[in-house]
Amino acid sequence: MSQNEGVAIIEAHGLTREFRVRDGRRKRLLTAVDGLTVRIEQGAAVGYIGANGAGKSTTIKMLTGILVPTAGSVLTCGLRPVPDRRRLARQVGVVFGQRSQLWWDLPVRESFRILAAIHALTPAQEASRTAELVEQLELGGFLSVPVRQLSLGQRMRAEVAAALLHSPRLVILDEPTIGLDVLSKQRLREFLVGERRTHGTTLLLTTHDMGDVERLCDRILVIDHGRLAYDGDLQGLTRTVGAERVLVVDLAEPVPDLTGLDDTRHLSSEAGGLRHRLAFDAEQTTAAKVLAAVAAQAQVLDLTVEEPDIEDVVRRIYAENR
Amino acid sequence: MAELARLRPYRAVLASRARAQRAYRTSFAVDMVSSMLVGIVELAEVWVLFTNVTSLGGMRFNQILLVFGMADIAFALADLSFGHLDNLPTFLRAGTLDAFYLRPQPILLQLICSDISLRRLGRAAVGGAALGIGLAASGVRWNLTTATLLPLALLSGYATFAALFVWAGGLQFFLLDGAEMTNAFVYGGRYAATQPASVWSRPLKVTFGFFFPMAVTAYLPAVTMLGLPGSDWLPAWLGWCAPAFAAWAWLMGLLCWRWGVRHYQGGGG
Repeated sequence: MSQNEGVAIIEAHGLTREFRVRDGRRKRLLTAVDGLTVRIEQGAAVGYIGANGAGKSTTIKMLTGILVPTAGSVLTCGLRPVPDRRRLARQVGVVFGQRSQLWWDLPVRESFRILAAIHALTPAQEASRTAELVEQLELGGFLSVPVRQLSLGQRMRAEVAAALLHSPRLVILDEPTIGLDVLSKQRLREFLVGERRTHGTTLLLTTHDMGDVERLCDRILVIDHGRLAYDGDLQGLTRTVGAERVLVVDLAEPVPDLTGLDDTRHLSSEAGGLRHRLAFDAEQTTAAKVLAAVAAQAQVLDLTVEEPDIEDVVRRIYAENR
Repeated sequence: MAELARLRPYRAVLASRARAQRAYRTSFAVDMVSSMLVGIVELAEVWVLFTNVTSLGGMRFNQILLVFGMADIAFALADLSFGHLDNLPTFLRAGTLDAFYLRPQPILLQLICSDISLRRLGRAAVGGAALGIGLAASGVRWNLTTATLLPLALLSGYATFAALFVWAGGLQFFLLDGAEMTNAFVYGGRYAATQPASVWSRPLKVTFGFFFPMAVTAYLPAVTMLGLPGSDWLPAWLGWCAPAFAAWAWLMGLLCWRWGVRHYQGGGG
Protein backbone atom coordinates (compact mmCIF):
# COMPACT_ATOMS: atom_id res chain seq x y z
CA MET A 1 0.00 0.00 0.00
CA SER A 2 2.94 2.29 0.66
CA GLN A 3 3.70 2.72 -3.04
CA ASN A 4 0.19 4.20 -3.42
CA GLU A 5 0.88 6.88 -0.86
CA GLY A 6 0.07 10.23 -2.31
CA VAL A 7 -1.89 8.99 -5.32
CA ALA A 8 -5.19 10.84 -5.34
CA ILE A 9 -8.31 8.77 -6.05
CA ILE A 10 -10.72 11.65 -5.53
CA GLU A 11 -9.76 15.23 -6.23
CA ALA A 12 -12.48 17.85 -5.99
CA HIS A 13 -11.97 21.56 -6.45
CA GLY A 14 -14.74 23.98 -5.57
CA LEU A 15 -17.29 21.28 -6.35
CA THR A 16 -20.73 22.88 -6.30
CA ARG A 17 -24.21 21.70 -7.08
CA GLU A 18 -27.31 23.84 -7.09
CA PHE A 19 -30.89 22.69 -7.50
CA ARG A 20 -33.83 24.77 -8.58
CA VAL A 21 -36.59 23.93 -6.18
CA ARG A 22 -40.15 25.11 -6.09
CA ASP A 23 -41.02 27.03 -2.97
CA GLY A 24 -44.73 27.56 -3.30
CA ARG A 25 -44.98 29.46 -6.57
CA ARG A 26 -41.50 30.90 -6.58
CA LYS A 27 -38.47 29.05 -7.75
CA ARG A 28 -35.59 29.10 -5.37
CA LEU A 29 -31.97 28.09 -5.76
CA LEU A 30 -30.83 25.49 -3.27
CA THR A 31 -27.09 24.88 -2.93
CA ALA A 32 -26.71 21.23 -1.97
CA VAL A 33 -22.92 21.14 -2.25
CA ASP A 34 -21.06 24.41 -1.90
CA GLY A 35 -17.46 24.73 -3.06
CA LEU A 36 -16.25 21.38 -1.79
CA THR A 37 -12.47 21.05 -2.12
CA VAL A 38 -11.09 17.74 -0.95
CA ARG A 39 -8.42 15.24 -1.90
CA ILE A 40 -8.66 11.59 -0.94
CA GLU A 41 -5.65 9.36 -1.38
CA GLN A 42 -5.71 5.84 -2.66
CA GLY A 43 -6.09 3.27 0.11
CA ALA A 44 -7.72 5.69 2.55
CA ALA A 45 -10.89 4.90 4.50
CA VAL A 46 -12.96 8.03 4.80
CA GLY A 47 -16.17 8.58 6.73
CA TYR A 48 -18.36 11.22 5.16
CA ILE A 49 -20.88 12.38 7.70
CA GLY A 50 -23.47 15.07 8.05
CA ALA A 51 -27.14 15.57 8.81
CA ASN A 52 -29.82 14.47 6.37
CA GLY A 53 -29.85 16.89 3.48
CA ALA A 54 -26.33 18.13 4.19
CA GLY A 55 -25.22 17.18 0.68
CA LYS A 56 -23.73 13.71 1.10
CA SER A 57 -25.73 11.92 -1.58
CA THR A 58 -25.36 14.81 -4.01
CA THR A 59 -21.59 14.62 -3.58
CA ILE A 60 -21.60 10.87 -4.24
CA LYS A 61 -23.70 11.38 -7.35
CA MET A 62 -21.23 13.93 -8.67
CA LEU A 63 -18.27 11.67 -7.89
CA THR A 64 -19.81 8.82 -9.88
CA GLY A 65 -21.09 10.75 -12.89
CA ILE A 66 -24.80 10.59 -12.09
CA LEU A 67 -25.07 14.35 -11.59
CA VAL A 68 -23.31 17.15 -13.44
CA PRO A 69 -21.71 19.70 -11.08
CA THR A 70 -22.98 23.26 -11.37
CA ALA A 71 -19.45 24.55 -10.80
CA GLY A 72 -16.03 23.27 -9.87
CA SER A 73 -14.36 20.10 -10.98
CA VAL A 74 -13.74 16.59 -9.78
CA LEU A 75 -11.54 13.72 -10.85
CA THR A 76 -12.47 10.25 -9.60
CA CYS A 77 -9.82 7.57 -10.24
CA GLY A 78 -8.21 10.17 -12.48
CA LEU A 79 -11.30 10.32 -14.71
CA ARG A 80 -13.93 12.99 -15.29
CA PRO A 81 -17.07 11.31 -13.92
CA VAL A 82 -19.64 12.49 -16.45
CA PRO A 83 -17.84 12.19 -19.80
CA ASP A 84 -15.86 9.11 -18.69
CA ARG A 85 -18.76 7.50 -16.81
CA ARG A 86 -18.47 4.12 -18.48
CA ARG A 87 -14.74 3.79 -17.88
CA LEU A 88 -15.17 5.00 -14.34
CA ALA A 89 -17.89 2.40 -13.66
CA ARG A 90 -15.26 -0.31 -14.08
CA GLN A 91 -13.19 1.13 -11.24
CA VAL A 92 -15.85 2.16 -8.76
CA GLY A 93 -18.32 0.10 -6.76
CA VAL A 94 -21.23 1.76 -5.01
CA VAL A 95 -23.48 0.30 -2.34
CA PHE A 96 -26.72 2.11 -1.57
CA GLY A 97 -28.03 0.91 1.80
CA GLN A 98 -31.62 1.68 0.93
CA ARG A 99 -31.76 0.93 -2.78
CA SER A 100 -31.12 -2.49 -4.16
CA GLN A 101 -28.97 -2.97 -7.24
CA LEU A 102 -29.79 -6.66 -7.45
CA TRP A 103 -32.59 -8.26 -9.46
CA TRP A 104 -35.32 -8.81 -6.90
CA ASP A 105 -36.77 -11.93 -8.52
CA LEU A 106 -33.49 -13.67 -9.35
CA PRO A 107 -31.35 -15.89 -7.13
CA VAL A 108 -28.25 -14.17 -5.72
CA ARG A 109 -25.98 -16.41 -7.79
CA GLU A 110 -27.72 -15.38 -11.00
CA SER A 111 -27.40 -11.69 -10.13
CA PHE A 112 -23.66 -12.19 -9.69
CA ARG A 113 -23.44 -13.95 -13.05
CA ILE A 114 -25.16 -11.06 -14.79
CA LEU A 115 -22.94 -8.51 -13.06
CA ALA A 116 -19.86 -10.48 -14.07
CA ALA A 117 -21.05 -10.27 -17.68
CA ILE A 118 -21.81 -6.56 -17.29
CA HIS A 119 -18.27 -5.93 -16.07
CA ALA A 120 -16.79 -8.28 -18.67
CA LEU A 121 -14.99 -10.49 -16.17
CA THR A 122 -13.24 -13.51 -17.61
CA PRO A 123 -14.62 -16.87 -16.40
CA ALA A 124 -11.50 -17.33 -14.24
CA GLN A 125 -11.82 -13.88 -12.66
CA GLU A 126 -15.52 -14.44 -12.11
CA ALA A 127 -15.02 -17.79 -10.42
CA SER A 128 -12.23 -16.73 -8.10
CA ARG A 129 -13.75 -13.39 -7.10
CA THR A 130 -17.21 -14.90 -6.52
CA ALA A 131 -15.68 -17.65 -4.39
CA GLU A 132 -13.71 -15.08 -2.38
CA LEU A 133 -16.75 -12.90 -1.71
CA VAL A 134 -19.04 -15.83 -0.96
CA GLU A 135 -16.59 -17.10 1.61
CA GLN A 136 -15.81 -13.79 3.29
CA LEU A 137 -19.36 -12.48 3.36
CA GLU A 138 -20.77 -15.92 4.20
CA LEU A 139 -23.22 -15.96 1.32
CA GLY A 140 -23.02 -19.73 0.78
CA GLY A 141 -26.26 -20.47 2.59
CA PHE A 142 -28.51 -18.41 0.35
CA LEU A 143 -26.89 -18.25 -3.08
CA SER A 144 -29.85 -19.89 -4.76
CA VAL A 145 -32.51 -17.88 -2.91
CA PRO A 146 -34.24 -15.07 -4.83
CA VAL A 147 -33.23 -11.65 -3.56
CA ARG A 148 -36.77 -10.74 -2.50
CA GLN A 149 -36.75 -13.58 0.04
CA LEU A 150 -33.54 -12.52 1.80
CA SER A 151 -33.43 -10.94 5.25
CA LEU A 152 -32.09 -7.40 5.39
CA GLY A 153 -28.73 -8.58 6.72
CA GLN A 154 -28.39 -11.18 3.98
CA ARG A 155 -29.46 -8.72 1.32
CA MET A 156 -26.92 -6.11 2.42
CA ARG A 157 -24.12 -8.67 2.27
CA ALA A 158 -25.26 -9.67 -1.21
CA GLU A 159 -25.41 -5.99 -2.22
CA VAL A 160 -21.87 -5.42 -0.99
CA ALA A 161 -20.64 -8.48 -2.84
CA ALA A 162 -22.42 -7.31 -6.00
CA ALA A 163 -20.80 -3.88 -5.82
CA LEU A 164 -17.36 -5.38 -5.21
CA LEU A 165 -17.53 -8.21 -7.74
CA HIS A 166 -15.48 -6.33 -10.32
CA SER A 167 -12.77 -5.55 -7.74
CA PRO A 168 -13.17 -1.76 -7.86
CA ARG A 169 -10.33 0.45 -6.64
CA LEU A 170 -12.81 2.76 -4.95
CA VAL A 171 -15.82 1.57 -3.00
CA ILE A 172 -18.47 4.08 -1.99
CA LEU A 173 -20.97 2.95 0.62
CA ASP A 174 -24.06 5.02 1.32
CA GLU A 175 -25.44 4.03 4.73
CA PRO A 176 -24.23 0.43 4.46
CA THR A 177 -25.19 -0.65 7.98
CA ILE A 178 -28.57 1.07 8.26
CA GLY A 179 -31.13 -1.22 9.89
CA LEU A 180 -28.68 -4.07 10.51
CA ASP A 181 -28.41 -5.85 13.85
CA VAL A 182 -25.21 -5.60 15.89
CA LEU A 183 -23.78 -8.88 14.64
CA SER A 184 -24.46 -8.16 10.98
CA LYS A 185 -22.90 -4.71 11.34
CA GLN A 186 -19.84 -6.23 12.94
CA ARG A 187 -19.43 -8.83 10.18
CA LEU A 188 -19.79 -6.26 7.45
CA ARG A 189 -17.23 -3.98 9.05
CA GLU A 190 -14.79 -6.85 9.44
CA PHE A 191 -15.20 -7.72 5.80
CA LEU A 192 -14.54 -4.15 4.70
CA VAL A 193 -11.44 -3.92 6.89
CA GLY A 194 -10.19 -7.17 5.35
CA GLU A 195 -10.99 -6.09 1.79
CA ARG A 196 -9.04 -2.90 2.33
CA ARG A 197 -6.09 -4.76 3.84
CA THR A 198 -5.81 -7.39 1.10
CA HIS A 199 -6.66 -5.30 -1.98
CA GLY A 200 -5.76 -1.78 -0.88
CA THR A 201 -9.30 -0.70 -1.73
CA THR A 202 -10.21 2.90 -0.98
CA LEU A 203 -13.38 3.26 1.09
CA LEU A 204 -15.69 6.25 1.26
CA LEU A 205 -18.74 5.79 3.39
CA THR A 206 -21.60 7.89 4.59
CA THR A 207 -23.16 6.77 7.83
CA HIS A 208 -25.14 7.76 10.87
CA ASP A 209 -23.47 5.06 12.91
CA MET A 210 -20.57 6.10 15.12
CA GLY A 211 -19.46 2.47 15.24
CA ASP A 212 -18.87 2.46 11.48
CA VAL A 213 -16.69 5.53 11.76
CA GLU A 214 -14.76 4.27 14.78
CA ARG A 215 -14.01 0.86 13.37
CA LEU A 216 -13.54 1.63 9.70
CA CYS A 217 -12.38 5.15 9.07
CA ASP A 218 -9.06 6.81 9.55
CA ARG A 219 -10.27 10.11 8.23
CA ILE A 220 -13.56 11.92 8.73
CA LEU A 221 -15.17 14.62 6.65
CA VAL A 222 -18.14 16.43 8.14
CA ILE A 223 -20.34 18.29 5.71
CA ASP A 224 -22.80 20.98 6.75
CA HIS A 225 -25.06 22.72 4.27
CA GLY A 226 -22.82 21.61 1.46
CA ARG A 227 -19.64 22.93 3.04
CA LEU A 228 -16.81 21.01 4.62
CA ALA A 229 -17.10 21.61 8.35
CA TYR A 230 -14.40 19.22 9.57
CA ASP A 231 -11.58 17.23 8.02
CA GLY A 232 -9.42 15.07 10.27
CA ASP A 233 -9.36 11.94 12.40
CA LEU A 234 -11.88 10.72 14.97
CA GLN A 235 -9.85 11.71 18.05
CA GLY A 236 -9.51 15.18 16.65
CA LEU A 237 -13.22 15.30 16.01
CA THR A 238 -14.26 14.31 19.52
CA ARG A 239 -11.60 16.62 20.93
CA THR A 240 -12.85 19.50 18.84
CA VAL A 241 -16.44 19.09 19.86
CA GLY A 242 -15.74 17.67 23.32
CA ALA A 243 -18.26 14.92 22.77
CA GLU A 244 -19.10 13.35 26.09
CA ARG A 245 -19.99 9.82 27.01
CA VAL A 246 -22.93 9.30 29.32
CA LEU A 247 -23.07 6.86 32.22
CA VAL A 248 -26.58 5.82 33.21
CA VAL A 249 -26.87 4.19 36.63
CA ASP A 250 -29.85 2.50 38.26
CA LEU A 251 -29.66 2.62 42.04
CA ALA A 252 -31.17 0.49 44.82
CA GLU A 253 -32.40 3.50 46.79
CA PRO A 254 -33.42 6.93 45.54
CA VAL A 255 -30.77 9.59 46.17
CA PRO A 256 -30.69 13.34 45.52
CA ASP A 257 -29.13 14.50 42.23
CA LEU A 258 -25.55 13.22 42.00
CA THR A 259 -23.93 16.59 41.39
CA GLY A 260 -20.38 17.42 42.36
CA LEU A 261 -18.66 14.18 41.30
CA ASP A 262 -15.17 14.78 39.84
CA ASP A 263 -15.04 15.43 36.10
CA THR A 264 -18.73 14.65 35.58
CA ARG A 265 -21.81 16.61 34.86
CA HIS A 266 -25.20 15.55 36.16
CA LEU A 267 -27.64 15.52 33.27
CA SER A 268 -30.88 14.31 34.80
CA SER A 269 -32.55 12.11 37.38
CA GLU A 270 -35.47 9.85 36.70
CA ALA A 271 -37.85 7.66 38.68
CA GLY A 272 -37.63 9.91 41.72
CA GLY A 273 -33.84 9.62 42.00
CA LEU A 274 -33.48 5.89 41.18
CA ARG A 275 -31.86 6.53 37.79
CA HIS A 276 -29.21 9.16 37.09
CA ARG A 277 -27.53 10.24 33.89
CA LEU A 278 -23.98 11.50 34.21
CA ALA A 279 -21.95 12.97 31.37
CA PHE A 280 -18.15 12.75 31.37
CA ASP A 281 -15.31 13.53 29.00
CA ALA A 282 -13.40 10.39 28.04
CA GLU A 283 -10.20 12.41 27.84
CA GLN A 284 -10.32 13.43 31.49
CA THR A 285 -11.72 10.43 33.28
CA THR A 286 -12.95 6.89 32.68
CA ALA A 287 -16.29 5.15 33.07
CA ALA A 288 -14.76 3.05 35.86
CA LYS A 289 -13.71 6.10 37.89
CA VAL A 290 -17.13 7.67 37.54
CA LEU A 291 -18.79 4.42 38.54
CA ALA A 292 -16.56 4.13 41.61
CA ALA A 293 -17.49 7.67 42.62
CA VAL A 294 -21.18 6.82 42.31
CA ALA A 295 -20.79 3.52 44.15
CA ALA A 296 -19.25 5.42 47.08
CA GLN A 297 -22.57 7.24 47.51
CA ALA A 298 -25.19 4.63 46.64
CA GLN A 299 -25.65 0.97 45.73
CA VAL A 300 -25.57 0.53 41.94
CA LEU A 301 -27.89 -2.13 40.50
CA ASP A 302 -27.34 -1.65 36.80
CA LEU A 303 -25.52 0.62 34.37
CA THR A 304 -25.16 1.48 30.71
CA VAL A 305 -22.69 3.70 28.90
CA GLU A 306 -24.01 5.79 26.02
CA GLU A 307 -21.52 6.68 23.31
CA PRO A 308 -21.70 10.09 21.71
CA ASP A 309 -23.91 9.62 18.68
CA ILE A 310 -22.99 10.97 15.35
CA GLU A 311 -25.93 13.35 15.22
CA ASP A 312 -24.72 14.86 18.46
CA VAL A 313 -21.16 15.26 17.17
CA VAL A 314 -22.43 16.76 13.96
CA ARG A 315 -24.74 19.13 15.83
CA ARG A 316 -21.85 20.36 17.91
CA ILE A 317 -19.67 20.90 14.87
CA TYR A 318 -22.50 22.78 13.22
CA ALA A 319 -23.04 24.90 16.34
CA GLU A 320 -19.34 25.77 16.50
CA ASN A 321 -19.20 26.87 12.91
CA ARG A 322 -22.06 29.30 13.26
CA MET B 1 -15.62 -11.61 -31.79
CA ALA B 2 -15.04 -8.42 -29.80
CA GLU B 3 -18.44 -7.21 -30.96
CA LEU B 4 -20.01 -10.40 -29.73
CA ALA B 5 -18.35 -10.05 -26.33
CA ARG B 6 -19.74 -6.56 -26.07
CA LEU B 7 -23.25 -7.99 -26.31
CA ARG B 8 -22.66 -10.39 -23.44
CA PRO B 9 -24.04 -8.13 -20.68
CA TYR B 10 -27.27 -7.55 -22.56
CA ARG B 11 -27.69 -11.21 -23.42
CA ALA B 12 -27.12 -12.19 -19.80
CA VAL B 13 -29.84 -9.86 -18.53
CA LEU B 14 -32.36 -10.72 -21.24
CA ALA B 15 -31.86 -14.45 -20.89
CA SER B 16 -32.41 -14.25 -17.16
CA ARG B 17 -35.53 -12.11 -17.60
CA ALA B 18 -36.96 -14.60 -20.06
CA ARG B 19 -36.16 -17.49 -17.74
CA ALA B 20 -37.75 -15.72 -14.78
CA GLN B 21 -40.98 -15.20 -16.72
CA ARG B 22 -41.21 -18.77 -17.87
CA ALA B 23 -40.41 -20.10 -14.39
CA TYR B 24 -43.98 -19.51 -13.25
CA ARG B 25 -45.78 -21.40 -15.96
CA THR B 26 -49.37 -20.80 -14.91
CA SER B 27 -48.87 -17.10 -14.39
CA PHE B 28 -47.09 -16.86 -17.72
CA ALA B 29 -49.87 -18.73 -19.51
CA VAL B 30 -52.51 -16.47 -17.95
CA ASP B 31 -50.55 -13.36 -18.97
CA MET B 32 -50.14 -14.69 -22.46
CA VAL B 33 -53.84 -15.49 -22.84
CA SER B 34 -54.97 -12.14 -21.47
CA SER B 35 -52.61 -10.34 -23.82
CA MET B 36 -54.09 -12.38 -26.65
CA LEU B 37 -57.62 -11.46 -25.51
CA VAL B 38 -56.80 -7.77 -25.63
CA GLY B 39 -55.69 -8.24 -29.22
CA ILE B 40 -58.84 -10.18 -30.07
CA VAL B 41 -61.10 -7.53 -28.51
CA GLU B 42 -59.41 -4.86 -30.59
CA LEU B 43 -59.80 -6.95 -33.69
CA ALA B 44 -63.47 -7.55 -32.83
CA GLU B 45 -63.96 -3.80 -32.66
CA VAL B 46 -62.96 -3.53 -36.32
CA TRP B 47 -65.18 -6.48 -37.23
CA VAL B 48 -68.19 -4.94 -35.44
CA LEU B 49 -67.65 -1.74 -37.37
CA PHE B 50 -67.74 -3.66 -40.62
CA THR B 51 -71.00 -5.41 -39.81
CA ASN B 52 -72.53 -1.95 -40.33
CA VAL B 53 -70.53 -0.67 -43.27
CA THR B 54 -69.05 -2.48 -46.24
CA SER B 55 -66.22 -0.12 -46.84
CA LEU B 56 -64.29 2.41 -44.74
CA GLY B 57 -61.98 4.96 -46.28
CA GLY B 58 -62.04 3.05 -49.52
CA MET B 59 -61.10 -0.27 -47.92
CA ARG B 60 -63.07 -3.48 -47.40
CA PHE B 61 -62.90 -5.59 -44.23
CA ASN B 62 -60.29 -8.00 -45.62
CA GLN B 63 -58.13 -5.07 -46.62
CA ILE B 64 -58.47 -3.44 -43.20
CA LEU B 65 -57.41 -6.80 -41.74
CA LEU B 66 -54.14 -6.40 -43.62
CA VAL B 67 -53.61 -2.91 -42.16
CA PHE B 68 -54.62 -4.07 -38.69
CA GLY B 69 -52.36 -7.13 -38.86
CA MET B 70 -49.30 -5.23 -40.06
CA ALA B 71 -49.71 -2.52 -37.44
CA ASP B 72 -50.54 -4.87 -34.60
CA ILE B 73 -47.72 -7.35 -35.11
CA ALA B 74 -45.18 -4.53 -35.40
CA PHE B 75 -46.57 -2.81 -32.32
CA ALA B 76 -46.75 -5.99 -30.24
CA LEU B 77 -43.12 -6.83 -31.01
CA ALA B 78 -42.00 -3.28 -30.23
CA ASP B 79 -43.99 -3.42 -27.00
CA LEU B 80 -42.36 -6.75 -26.17
CA SER B 81 -38.85 -5.35 -26.50
CA PHE B 82 -39.27 -1.63 -25.67
CA GLY B 83 -42.57 -1.33 -23.77
CA HIS B 84 -40.91 -1.46 -20.33
CA LEU B 85 -39.41 1.99 -20.99
CA ASP B 86 -42.80 3.04 -19.62
CA ASN B 87 -41.47 1.99 -16.21
CA LEU B 88 -38.97 4.82 -16.18
CA PRO B 89 -41.02 6.98 -13.76
CA THR B 90 -40.95 4.09 -11.28
CA PHE B 91 -37.16 3.93 -11.57
CA LEU B 92 -36.93 7.70 -11.21
CA ARG B 93 -39.11 7.84 -8.13
CA ALA B 94 -37.39 4.91 -6.42
CA GLY B 95 -33.96 6.24 -7.35
CA THR B 96 -33.05 2.94 -8.98
CA LEU B 97 -32.07 4.58 -12.25
CA ASP B 98 -28.79 5.47 -10.53
CA ALA B 99 -27.81 1.80 -10.57
CA PHE B 100 -27.71 1.96 -14.37
CA TYR B 101 -25.23 4.85 -14.19
CA LEU B 102 -22.87 2.65 -12.20
CA ARG B 103 -22.54 0.08 -14.97
CA PRO B 104 -20.20 0.49 -17.91
CA GLN B 105 -22.84 0.50 -20.67
CA PRO B 106 -24.96 3.23 -22.28
CA ILE B 107 -28.02 3.99 -20.14
CA LEU B 108 -30.63 3.67 -22.89
CA LEU B 109 -29.26 0.38 -24.15
CA GLN B 110 -29.21 -0.99 -20.60
CA LEU B 111 -32.80 0.07 -20.04
CA ILE B 112 -34.00 -1.43 -23.31
CA CYS B 113 -32.27 -4.69 -22.48
CA SER B 114 -33.36 -4.63 -18.84
CA ASP B 115 -36.52 -6.55 -19.56
CA ILE B 116 -38.52 -8.38 -22.20
CA SER B 117 -42.27 -8.94 -21.97
CA LEU B 118 -42.74 -12.35 -23.52
CA ARG B 119 -46.48 -12.27 -22.80
CA ARG B 120 -46.83 -9.78 -25.64
CA LEU B 121 -46.25 -12.71 -27.94
CA GLY B 122 -49.97 -13.40 -27.39
CA ARG B 123 -50.81 -10.04 -28.88
CA ALA B 124 -48.34 -10.55 -31.71
CA ALA B 125 -50.03 -13.86 -32.50
CA VAL B 126 -53.37 -12.11 -33.00
CA GLY B 127 -51.69 -9.54 -35.22
CA GLY B 128 -49.98 -12.32 -37.13
CA ALA B 129 -53.27 -14.16 -37.67
CA ALA B 130 -54.98 -10.98 -38.90
CA LEU B 131 -52.04 -10.32 -41.20
CA GLY B 132 -52.19 -13.88 -42.59
CA ILE B 133 -55.90 -13.69 -43.32
CA GLY B 134 -55.53 -10.19 -44.70
CA LEU B 135 -52.74 -11.26 -47.06
CA ALA B 136 -54.74 -14.24 -48.26
CA ALA B 137 -58.12 -12.58 -48.66
CA SER B 138 -57.55 -8.94 -49.51
CA GLY B 139 -56.42 -9.43 -53.08
CA VAL B 140 -52.72 -8.61 -52.70
CA ARG B 141 -51.04 -9.24 -56.04
CA TRP B 142 -47.89 -11.15 -55.32
CA ASN B 143 -44.87 -9.86 -57.18
CA LEU B 144 -41.39 -8.60 -56.39
CA THR B 145 -42.80 -5.24 -55.28
CA THR B 146 -45.16 -6.63 -52.66
CA ALA B 147 -42.63 -9.25 -51.55
CA THR B 148 -40.10 -6.44 -50.94
CA LEU B 149 -42.49 -3.96 -49.43
CA LEU B 150 -44.05 -6.28 -46.84
CA PRO B 151 -40.88 -7.09 -44.84
CA LEU B 152 -39.61 -3.53 -45.33
CA ALA B 153 -42.86 -2.13 -43.93
CA LEU B 154 -42.96 -4.57 -41.00
CA LEU B 155 -39.37 -3.79 -40.02
CA SER B 156 -39.90 -0.05 -40.38
CA GLY B 157 -43.16 -0.28 -38.43
CA TYR B 158 -41.41 -2.15 -35.63
CA ALA B 159 -38.65 0.47 -35.59
CA THR B 160 -41.14 3.35 -35.60
CA PHE B 161 -43.15 1.98 -32.68
CA ALA B 162 -39.92 1.22 -30.78
CA ALA B 163 -38.80 4.81 -31.36
CA LEU B 164 -42.13 5.99 -29.99
CA PHE B 165 -41.38 4.22 -26.70
CA VAL B 166 -37.94 5.86 -26.55
CA TRP B 167 -39.52 9.22 -27.37
CA ALA B 168 -42.07 8.76 -24.56
CA GLY B 169 -39.30 7.59 -22.22
CA GLY B 170 -37.27 10.74 -22.82
CA LEU B 171 -40.29 12.87 -21.94
CA GLN B 172 -40.83 10.92 -18.71
CA PHE B 173 -37.74 12.58 -17.25
CA PHE B 174 -39.69 15.84 -17.25
CA LEU B 175 -43.20 14.60 -16.57
CA LEU B 176 -42.78 12.24 -13.65
CA ASP B 177 -46.49 11.59 -13.83
CA GLY B 178 -46.61 12.00 -17.56
CA ALA B 179 -47.43 8.43 -18.50
CA GLU B 180 -51.00 9.55 -19.23
CA MET B 181 -49.77 12.09 -21.71
CA THR B 182 -47.23 9.89 -23.44
CA ASN B 183 -49.65 6.97 -23.53
CA ALA B 184 -51.92 9.20 -25.55
CA PHE B 185 -49.47 9.23 -28.41
CA VAL B 186 -47.99 5.77 -27.92
CA TYR B 187 -51.23 3.82 -27.59
CA GLY B 188 -53.24 6.40 -29.50
CA GLY B 189 -50.60 6.03 -32.19
CA ARG B 190 -51.02 2.27 -32.23
CA TYR B 191 -54.77 2.71 -32.59
CA ALA B 192 -54.30 5.22 -35.38
CA ALA B 193 -51.93 2.86 -37.15
CA THR B 194 -54.62 0.18 -37.43
CA GLN B 195 -57.02 2.61 -39.14
CA PRO B 196 -57.37 3.56 -42.77
CA ALA B 197 -55.72 6.97 -42.66
CA SER B 198 -57.87 8.13 -45.57
CA VAL B 199 -60.74 8.87 -43.17
CA TRP B 200 -58.64 11.26 -41.06
CA SER B 201 -59.07 15.00 -41.00
CA ARG B 202 -56.11 17.09 -42.11
CA PRO B 203 -54.85 17.93 -38.59
CA LEU B 204 -54.91 14.20 -37.83
CA LYS B 205 -53.04 13.46 -41.03
CA VAL B 206 -50.33 15.93 -40.03
CA THR B 207 -50.13 14.50 -36.51
CA PHE B 208 -50.33 10.76 -37.14
CA GLY B 209 -49.32 10.78 -40.80
CA PHE B 210 -46.12 12.74 -40.46
CA PHE B 211 -45.16 13.92 -36.96
CA PHE B 212 -45.82 10.53 -35.34
CA PRO B 213 -45.65 8.62 -38.62
CA MET B 214 -48.32 6.04 -37.87
CA ALA B 215 -49.96 5.97 -41.29
CA VAL B 216 -46.64 4.85 -42.75
CA THR B 217 -46.35 1.79 -40.52
CA ALA B 218 -49.26 -0.12 -42.08
CA TYR B 219 -51.86 1.86 -44.00
CA LEU B 220 -49.65 3.29 -46.72
CA PRO B 221 -47.64 0.13 -47.43
CA ALA B 222 -50.94 -1.82 -47.49
CA VAL B 223 -52.42 0.63 -49.95
CA THR B 224 -49.38 0.22 -52.19
CA MET B 225 -49.53 -3.57 -51.96
CA LEU B 226 -53.24 -3.55 -52.81
CA GLY B 227 -52.76 -1.18 -55.73
CA LEU B 228 -55.15 1.38 -54.19
CA PRO B 229 -54.69 5.08 -54.90
CA GLY B 230 -53.98 6.35 -51.38
CA SER B 231 -55.62 9.57 -50.30
CA ASP B 232 -55.37 13.31 -50.12
CA TRP B 233 -51.98 14.28 -48.56
CA LEU B 234 -51.07 10.61 -48.20
CA PRO B 235 -50.25 9.26 -51.68
CA ALA B 236 -49.63 5.52 -51.97
CA TRP B 237 -45.94 5.90 -52.92
CA LEU B 238 -45.23 7.27 -49.42
CA GLY B 239 -45.48 3.63 -48.32
CA TRP B 240 -41.98 3.16 -49.76
CA CYS B 241 -40.69 5.89 -47.46
CA ALA B 242 -41.43 3.84 -44.33
CA PRO B 243 -37.70 3.46 -43.47
CA ALA B 244 -37.21 7.22 -43.76
CA PHE B 245 -40.12 7.83 -41.39
CA ALA B 246 -38.72 5.25 -38.98
CA ALA B 247 -35.41 7.12 -39.06
CA TRP B 248 -37.26 10.37 -38.34
CA ALA B 249 -39.03 8.77 -35.37
CA TRP B 250 -35.70 7.51 -34.03
CA LEU B 251 -34.11 10.90 -34.49
CA MET B 252 -36.87 12.53 -32.47
CA GLY B 253 -36.85 9.70 -29.93
CA LEU B 254 -33.11 9.94 -29.35
CA LEU B 255 -33.19 13.73 -29.18
CA CYS B 256 -35.92 13.56 -26.56
CA TRP B 257 -34.00 10.90 -24.68
CA ARG B 258 -30.80 12.93 -24.69
CA TRP B 259 -32.70 15.97 -23.56
CA GLY B 260 -34.29 13.95 -20.75
CA VAL B 261 -31.00 12.50 -19.53
CA ARG B 262 -29.40 15.96 -19.54
CA HIS B 263 -32.31 17.20 -17.49
CA TYR B 264 -31.91 14.33 -15.02
CA GLN B 265 -28.21 14.97 -14.59
CA GLY B 266 -28.86 18.67 -14.41
CA GLY B 267 -26.34 19.60 -17.09
CA GLY B 268 -28.47 22.26 -18.69
CA GLY B 269 -31.24 21.58 -21.14
